[in-house]
Amino acid sequence: MPLLTRWFIKSALMYLTVSLLVGVALTAQGAVKLPAVVDALMPVYFHLFMVGWVTQMIFGVAYWMFPHVSKENPRGSEALALVTYLTLNVGLIARAIVEPILAFQPAPAWTVTLILSAVLQWIGALAFVANTWRRVRAR
Amino acid sequence: MPRLSCWFIRASLAYLVAGFTLGALMLTLKAVARYRGLGLLMTPHVEFLLIGWTLQLTMGVAFWILPRFEQGTSRGAVGYAWLAFVLLNAGVILAGLGPVLGDAGFIRLLGRAAEAGAAFTFGLHAWRRIRRTNF
Repeated sequence: MPLLTRWFIKSALMYLTVSLLVGVALTAQGAVKLPAVVDALMPVYFHLFMVGWVTQMIFGVAYWMFPHVSKENPRGSEALALVTYLTLNVGLIARAIVEPILAFQPAPAWTVTLILSAVLQWIGALAFVANTWRRVRAR
Repeated sequence: MPRLSCWFIRASLAYLVAGFTLGALMLTLKAVARYRGLGLLMTPHVEFLLIGWTLQLTMGVAFWILPRFEQGTSRGAVGYAWLAFVLLNAGVILAGLGPVLGDAGFIRLLGRAAEAGAAFTFGLHAWRRIRRTNF
């Protein structure tokens, strides 16, 4: 299993745990009084689960298991795969932190960071598709 | 990788890009304008990523790797899987773009029915391939 796949899958497992803990907090909010910021965590909960866990697990396994480009260059561009990993994760973590804060404390710095997080995640998806497209081919 | 898996997986990659593009746009609008009217973009965003990306990729990989018949040369009733591909993509486009086209009701319902049909026909294809093997 390549190094980047291990990073993808271990990160995915961490997001799974964190997303389900956020789910616990969202559910507990009805029963006990938690800080108001918890109310703004619903989109974070969805995206930690769907992007951090599901999509990242797919990225890691696809990078590992999809048909090889060639013997010399089995998994395409390692640089693009690294860009995928870094942009997706930095973007997602920034979003998870800033989106709830922005709901309560609007400030230009948070606005810029949230936009940056959107752009980073978008670049991550593009980089994955750019690297994976040529590995999806009929034999 | 069989040809149909290539179609499934490449279509799923296209939906990944489309879904993330809509998501990035929505997050930017939310950051800049406190834009609350995201419903119009939300429907295709969710439809493209949940059904178009994850479900379609799953079907493509399943068609590729599930056990085959006749010493590994046949994937059985391939026609059902092709029908699933057509129904799934028609469904995602209709259910995702229905509200954007101004019809949230009938077109979206038609799309959801097509998606359910895709699930059924893919199940018809895959059912016999899910069996005991020697490896």
